[in-house]
Parts: sequence; structure tokens; C-alpha cells
Amino acid sequence: MSDTIKDATLEYAVRLGDDANVLGHRISEWVSHGPFLEEDIAYANVALDYIGRARMFYGYASELADDGRTEDDFAYMRDDRQYHNLLLMEMPRGDFAYSQVRQLLIDVYYNLLLPKLAESRDDTLAAIAAKAIKESRYHLRRSRDWVLRLGDGTEESHRRTQAALDSLWGYTHEMFEMDETERLLADKGIAVDTTRLRDEWHRQVSSILTEATLSVPEDGWAVRGGRIGYHTENLGHLLTEMQFVHRSYPGCQW
Amino acid sequence: MSAIPLMPEEHYRRLQQRDSSEVKELWDLLDEVKDPEIPVLSIWDLGILRDIERQGEHIIVTITPTYSGCPAMDTITEDVKAALSAKGYDSHEVKMQLSPAWSSEWMSPEGRRKLRHYGVAPPEDADATEDGLTPDAHALCPHCGSSDTRLLSEFGSTACKALFQCQACKETFDYFKKI
Ligand SMILES: [Zn+2]
Repeated sequence: MSDTIKDATLEYAVRLGDDANVLGHRISEWVSHGPFLEEDIAYANVALDYIGRARMFYGYASELADDGRTEDDFAYMRDDRQYHNLLLMEMPRGDFAYSQVRQLLIDVYYNLLLPKLAESRDDTLAAIAAKAIKESRYHLRRSRDWVLRLGDGTEESHRRTQAALDSLWGYTHEMFEMDETERLLADKGIAVDTTRLRDEWHRQVSSILTEATLSVPEDGWAVRGGRIGYHTENLGHLLTEMQFVHRSYPGCQW
Repeated sequence: MSAIPLMPEEHYRRLQQRDSSEVKELWDLLDEVKDPEIPVLSIWDLGILRDIERQGEHIIVTITPTYSGCPAMDTITEDVKAALSAKGYDSHEVKMQLSPAWSSEWMSPEGRRKLRHYGVAPPEDADATEDGLTPDAHALCPHCGSSDTRLLSEFGSTACKALFQCQACKETFDYFKKI
């Protein structure tokens, strides 16, 4: 692996790890706040899947970096400007409709992305993706069912679901944007060219939303910046909570 | 005369690997390492024990996680090391292998029986949906055998299980999902 490709792959692994870690943390915030016990447990399971993925991506990043940093260093010792997750992942959990709509938008995305990443020329990235594919199929079934129920539910649940959708839509475009780093890797068959996933994603999401009697938002605005470390204020608060113990009690074991 | 193995291809392949291993005694030894979540199942039964090699005095055990975030993997790693140390194998390492991804097909027939007896329906006790996911009903109840059951939650006590309720005996039970 040339140094350029190695550095780019390291950055890519960190991005994928950051997406999984930040979203996993957001989902875990539902634990003990779920609307009923089964949902609470479902959230805990989905959060664990993401945190497991984050560990695998960070583990690979630490192998590539080869500078003594561990997966914990990637998770706990970087500040918000060093985190390169998509902004969509860091938005606060909101109400139940908001979290399920976000999950649907992301689950459809991963169900398209992971099978492609599983064909990556990078064996480790391919193995992590292959492991995650079936999990994301289960995630999607759940978020799809909930969006159908909430969208096509009561007046109140419909209103909240549509509001969540309208406020999240502008954050979805970032999923399908490629910068130089990812372009370079995509040309080498390592990264997934996400610009090619957008049409199919839009088709599948629209079909579910329509079935849920929700209107598909117009592409009126788009927010971006996560991939280069420009975040909303929400990430700082999230990291404060996530990193507190690790930073306050370095090396603490129990 | 050709032999026709009356067992799933995957399990046959695993048995062959075990039987032809140069360290058969270590496979037997690691039968005592159980899944901390389902203590009747050994890591062999579950199919997460992938390989055991000896290089001189050094033992290398390869395991694979069921789900990406399976919290049991750290405990299992420690238990494997402890089991080896207890028998005097002091030089050892446990490798985590992701590919090929674990499949519920890898569970041994013995493991499936033990699971049912333990009160968890094994993967083959329900017909998967078209997309290979858990059905909404009719997983066989491990308590009374009824198929009059319905899915309560896709996610049970752990990511690898779904929660069902039996309409016949009214008990709830975990179903080990196909993956
Ligand atoms: Zn029953």
C-alpha cells in the first residue's frame, strides 16, 4: 500500500468509525427512555451493533496508523474538530418519531452502502461490512415498520413524523458527497462511490414515505461539513458525555 | 460406495476440521468454554470457535463474533485463555476473525437441541421471511411445541434473539434468529 493510499484508507476507516460511534451513542441515549420495554431493548441492541462496528473500524485505523494509538484513543481522545462523522449522526435524539425517521434514512443508506463496501479491495473493510449487512437488514425492517405506523397513525404521530422528516432532510445530502480522499479510494476500488447510491436511496425512501402517507421533502437546502470536522454544536455536548470518564480517570479499570 | 452425510454440509465440514486437527485434545478442552449469555452452549456448539493451531509451544485460537457488537466476545476471549492456562498451556493468543461472517448455520445439531431444551427456540424452528428475516408468527414454542406463537419484538434479550409469545401455554420465549 503506498503512503498516500494508506493515509486515505486510515482517514476513511476513521470516518466510518465516527459515523458508527456517534450514531451508536445517540441511539444508546434511548436506553431506559424507550416508550416500552421491548423498544428499549431493541434500541440497546441496535446501539450495540453500531458501537461494535465503531470498534472494528477504529481497530483497523489503529493498525494502519501504527503509532501506538488504540481504538480507545480514537473514540475518547479526539475533540469535535477531529471527528469526521456525517452531521446526520450527531443530531440530538429528539422525540421517538425523530429518532425512527433518522434511523430509516440511515438504514436504507447502509443497506445500499454495505453490500458495496463488502466488495472493497481492502479486505478488512470488506470483512467489517460483510459482517454488518445482515444486522442492517434487521434495523431497516424495524425503522420502516415504525415510520409506517407513525406516519399512517394518529394526527399527532403523523404531524411529528413529517416534522422530523422535514428537519432532517437537509442533512441527508452529505451521505452522497465525495471529497478528494474518498474519490481517490473509490478509483482504487477501496471506498464506495456514494454519489451512485443516491437515486436508489431516494427511490426506496420515497416509496416507504408515500406508503406512510408522508410527503417526500423537496431538496431545498443542504448542510455539510462533518467530513472535515465542521460540526453542529450538538457533537461537542455528545463527546463531553461520552468521553468524560475516560478523560477524567485515565487508565481507570473496574 | 459413496458416503452420504446426514447432516448439514457446514457442520460436516466443521467436524472434519476438528477430527483431522493435530490438536484434538485442545478442541475437547475448549468444549468447556461456554457462551456467557447461553451457558448451555459451548463456543464449539455456537460455531464461533473457528480454528485451533499449535506453533511449537504457542497456541493460537481463532474465534469469530456472532454480531458486530456482541458484548460476550471479550468474556469469551478471557475464558479461552483461562481454560488453556489452567491446563498448563501458558503461551497462547486469541485471534478475532471477521471473515467469513458468522452464520447461524454454523451451530451444531447438538447445540440446537441444547438450546431448545434451555427454552430458546433454535433458528430452524421458524420459517424465515422471503428476505431471510424473522417471521411475525409460528416459531415453535420450546416449552410446549405449539406453533401458535407470535413475534413480540425483533430484538430480544440480546441482538441474536427475538422475543415470541406462545398462545397455547402463554409463555414468552426467545427465538435464536437466522443470520
Ligand atoms: Zn407454548
